[in-house]
Amino acid sequence: MSSALLIEQLLNGLQLGVMLFLMAAGLTLIFGVMGLINLAHGSLYMVGAFACAWVAAQTGSFWIGLVASLAAAAAMGAIVEIAIIRRLYKRDHLDQVLATFALILIFSEGTRWVFGSVPLYLNVPSQLAGFVTLPGGSRYQLYRLAIIGVGVAVALGLYLLISRTRLGMRIRAGESDREMIGALGVDIRTLYTIVFALGAALAGFAGAMVGALQSVQVGMGEPVLILAFVVIVIGGIGSIKGALVGAILVGLIDTMGRFLMPQVFSIFMGTSQAATAGAAVASMLIYLVMAVILAVRPQGLFAGAK
Amino acid sequence: MKKIVAAGIFGLSLSVSGLAMAEPVKIGMITTLSGGGAGLGIDTRDGFMLAIEQAGNDEIEVVIEDDGQRPELAVQIADKMIQSDQVDILTGIVWSNLAMAVVPSATAQGKFYVSTNAAPAALAGANCHPLYFNAAYQNDNLHEAAGEYANGQYEKMFIMAPNYPAGQDSLAGFKRYFEGEVTNEVYTQLGQTDYAAEIAQIRDSGADAVFMFLPGGMGIAFMKQYAQSGVDIPVTGPGFSFSQDVLPAIGDAALGVMNSGQWAPDFDNEASKSFLAAFQEKYDRLPSIYAVQAYDAAQLILSAASKADVKDADAFAAAMMEADIESPRGKFSFNTNRHPIQDIFMMEVVKDGDVLTNRTVETVFTDHGDAYAEQCTQ
Amino acid sequence: MMSRETIVNIGLALILLAIPFIAMQVGSPFYVTLATRMAILALAAVGLNLVLGLGGLVSFGHAAFFGVGGYAAGILASHAFSMQPLDLGFASVAGTNSMLAIWLVAMLAAGLLALFIGAISLRTSGVYFIMITLAFAQMTYYFAISWPAYGGEDGLSIFVRNQFPGINTMVPLSFFLLCYGVLMSVLVLFALIARSRFGTALQAARQNDVRVASVGIAPFRIRLAAFVISGMITALAGALYADLNRFVSPSMLSWHMSGEFIVLIILGGVARLFGPVAGAMMFVMVEYLLGGMTDRWQFFLGLALLAVVLFARGGLIGFLAGKARHG
Repeated sequence: MSSALLIEQLLNGLQLGVMLFLMAAGLTLIFGVMGLINLAHGSLYMVGAFACAWVAAQTGSFWIGLVASLAAAAAMGAIVEIAIIRRLYKRDHLDQVLATFALILIFSEGTRWVFGSVPLYLNVPSQLAGFVTLPGGSRYQLYRLAIIGVGVAVALGLYLLISRTRLGMRIRAGESDREMIGALGVDIRTLYTIVFALGAALAGFAGAMVGALQSVQVGMGEPVLILAFVVIVIGGIGSIKGALVGAILVGLIDTMGRFLMPQVFSIFMGTSQAATAGAAVASMLIYLVMAVILAVRPQGLFAGAK
Repeated sequence: MKKIVAAGIFGLSLSVSGLAMAEPVKIGMITTLSGGGAGLGIDTRDGFMLAIEQAGNDEIEVVIEDDGQRPELAVQIADKMIQSDQVDILTGIVWSNLAMAVVPSATAQGKFYVSTNAAPAALAGANCHPLYFNAAYQNDNLHEAAGEYANGQYEKMFIMAPNYPAGQDSLAGFKRYFEGEVTNEVYTQLGQTDYAAEIAQIRDSGADAVFMFLPGGMGIAFMKQYAQSGVDIPVTGPGFSFSQDVLPAIGDAALGVMNSGQWAPDFDNEASKSFLAAFQEKYDRLPSIYAVQAYDAAQLILSAASKADVKDADAFAAAMMEADIESPRGKFSFNTNRHPIQDIFMMEVVKDGDVLTNRTVETVFTDHGDAYAEQCTQ
Repeated sequence: MMSRETIVNIGLALILLAIPFIAMQVGSPFYVTLATRMAILALAAVGLNLVLGLGGLVSFGHAAFFGVGGYAAGILASHAFSMQPLDLGFASVAGTNSMLAIWLVAMLAAGLLALFIGAISLRTSGVYFIMITLAFAQMTYYFAISWPAYGGEDGLSIFVRNQFPGINTMVPLSFFLLCYGVLMSVLVLFALIARSRFGTALQAARQNDVRVASVGIAPFRIRLAAFVISGMITALAGALYADLNRFVSPSMLSWHMSGEFIVLIILGGVARLFGPVAGAMMFVMVEYLLGGMTDRWQFFLGLALLAVVLFARGGLIGFLAGKARHG
């Protein structure tokens, strides 16, 4: 194993982590402010990917598609919030789980209704095609580097938004005391819609960017959703900082596990068995890590406002 | 329209030649019509129904239900079709795990099962059943062909599949024929969408080529990421990842990939040409291999139904064994374990105008059976 | 005097029992299978209802126990079929096709798993608990998919339905009656638990953790005990489900399955004795009818569920029998 390969794998882990952060940030924000558990977050990710793929196919431009994905996911988030989610804030988590579970069914089958059953085509924009040479001689895909950059920028932007702006002040107030913020004369309904749409837009944006690398198809949001849950549980629900740390941790562990586990196992068994056993353990690794972290810190690494 | 008439005359000529039309046949089709895998099920249904409609036979009735790609739902539908609809033959399942859930219990209840795609090793060998026919292939076949093809081309291969039974069979099938060196044998997670870690290993492996079996969305994701990675080692694989249902989503990244299969739209035989024309006319798209397999499954059932009564299982099974059909694939006959003996080819992904499709390059296996037939003693 | 809820419960029990007999009379034997499915899913949800309804602990990972029960049945039956003893490393055990033995193994295995999962998960609460139980179930799911010995994703077929003394389980009606009997027995158990000191403490802990602790009862232990019993009941349902389908696969462990159990309880009525039964009857019927009507059935199922959450709180039992006395 060369050091160049190791560096490349670390970057891959970082990139996966950044992607997960975009999903997890929205989830954790929505939970932190409104106390809502949203299983349909993965569906908004899918909406973003489909919107980007469809618009990119119509206009020939990935960038217009990317803007469309933000708009579509935010609009869809706002619509869903106003029509349905709004009625769930005062309910217990059980009702929220069921309602958003139902939304997954509706979104998945609805998307298939509109776009058909065949996966859509979406490719990396030509400006970001190709690769860069890393120190040490190995090459890394430019688009993935761009994703890391965008993720870092979004993290920074969220930090500034929450700590420096009026909206951020209200969000923070909403996290710490929901009654008070209403008393201060802030239109809490609008605030909630904006926060939900913001979370949705982040998910849609993630979906569009990943859609260029993966298959844009129905059900694409579910595996990511569950990983994002693991991320926010590890990080501490409601904490953006926790989501960032958790996401990068999960990204690195998952990538390095898939890469290293079979090699570890090949020390004591044949290559084929090591490959299967290693892959099996690698697929469970992040859940094991999560169990260990929670056994030590039941509220996650950075317990949030809750 | 003309073809339906032609098929009618064909049916007529059979009955004139003394093979009287037998009892009505009821067929239950369980396939995936919702969710992410629906594209495959829709092609299965459409290919199957094309043959049924061409035959214009009123005595054949088909009921179709969606399994949502969930084994327990497939079992429930199968129970319903057997108990309430009282079907004679079941067919249509796309996925091996669903087939494993349905086939053993259906055949144990005395129903025929004619597979349009799924062909797990477990049903081809010791657990084969006289009422279970497979019109598609045996799961390992296309991987074996890719292995045989690689012999003449490459010395060192990087091989990769998801970590589940079909994936393990896939790499085993490849290695059964490939004589060179396997540099890496990698199992990915089922449903995995990011292959950066594996692509980095490919770059580092020093292999001459990559063999990958990643069906559905997994293959789309891998091919797109691979094309962007700057790794220029050629990729080969079974045709599932380069079939007509996924090619548009991969795009130009698939161009030039060599893949193994039993049929491509450029096949130069009458059955293939007329099938292609009829399918395109009716559904306005190119058929995938799943449509061809389902079309043949329907043809096999129709042919057997014209010769024997489906209630007489032995006679009907014998009529099925004759495989008296004109397959778009060309030669088609059944092995002793009721799986196909057929030719397997290498195809290349090419662009025909704006449409990505496959072009036949060479024949890898002639009259190829499978590795499990000897274990089938029933 | 009987309460209205008791009357509704008896009515539901009788309707479920009547479905297969009517089905046989009118010549649609498939409804026997459908009724069996209702009974088994109801049983699984009764298990969940213990922690979710009485304890207020929303477990999103009960599919893990359901699957463990199913695999216990599948693995033991496959070893009995192939006559190969099961090698546990420290001992080897013969396979069996006796349902009683299988149930015992299923419940023991699930009990141990629940002890492990519960010991970690119950240190948390609320939304953490939901997600941790989900994550543990995903872990077992991935393990089952990639573990090649028992079929991995392909699952495991049970060629002959397992045996129960004195009953021919291959006859659909007999198998239904067996499942129905198990369901009714477990419902009696549930009612007894709910009224016992243990059950009262469990419900009290849901409402006020601190007060329960202050009277000298450790809420954690009570919850852990409830979680283990709950997992065992769901595992029993899993073993029966495997026998119904004559098949087990990792999809029994998938998070959709966990979601479905929650759906059943909410449809029927949370913490109500017959809530899971009402929910399972309604859900299986709706799924079956919609599936027969359109390929888009999942879309309409979603709409229906959404309507229930938003407008029909209290579930079917709440609608039929009025508000519960507690909770």
